[in-house]
Amino acid sequence: MGTINVGGKELEVDEEGYLSNLADWTPEVAEYMAKDEGQDLTENHWEVINFLREYYEEYQIAPAVRVLTKAIGKKLGKEKGNSKYLYELFPYGPGKQACKYAGLPKPTGCV
Amino acid sequence: MSDVKNFLYLNRRAPYGTVYAWESLEVVLIGAAFEQDVSLAFVDDGVYQIMKGQDTSGLGIKNFSPTYSALGDYDVQKIYVEKESLDARGLTVEDLLDLKYEDEDDDWAEKDSIKVVSAEELAKLMDESDVVLSF
Repeated sequence: MGTINVGGKELEVDEEGYLSNLADWTPEVAEYMAKDEGQDLTENHWEVINFLREYYEEYQIAPAVRVLTKAIGKKLGKEKGNSKYLYELFPYGPGKQACKYAGLPKPTGCV
Repeated sequence: MSDVKNFLYLNRRAPYGTVYAWESLEVVLIGAAFEQDVSLAFVDDGVYQIMKGQDTSGLGIKNFSPTYSALGDYDVQKIYVEKESLDARGLTVEDLLDLKYEDEDDDWAEKDSIKVVSAEELAKLMDESDVVLSF
């Protein structure tokens, strides 16, 4: 367990950097985590992050990457619903990295 | 894929009070993410796991029943509920979550995942599965 300091607040994270408490999330947390990994967050990144948060809100889980890919394709169009596009945005893995920025737990089925 | 096996997950306990229901659901999601052929069966108190309108606020436990609605996204399309178990508890399929999947071979039409089966039919399904995991 460690903490990250975002906007003057100490937030608890697990050993892989995922937020311990979902409720601690703010967009600044995503910015902070991305910056820490040398990544700029563009509009396209936010689309995926916001999608994940909505998915979690509805189903209470972070989707597996295959499910994420399919669902993104349905919602945002075919040109975005493929692994190439998503891996370009999140080179450490769209499931792991995007879920982390979104403040969600590591996806179920991600071993 | 050459060695896809049929997995049947048998759920027989009430959703809260033990970890079995949630553990089963997590294993199902993991198995399905690896593109195994997964089906679920709910018998005995297990039928309560997929009841509508669950509210765990008094228990201080996360209500994970919304997660069952994600099963369709994971291509889990076969969810069997034993009729005798519903009858014994005064329940009907109307009391259960409205679980759907999209049929890829039928222009993504939404279809019901839940099928009510008799104990006899369920026994046959278990017999036909490669692996039966009981929770």
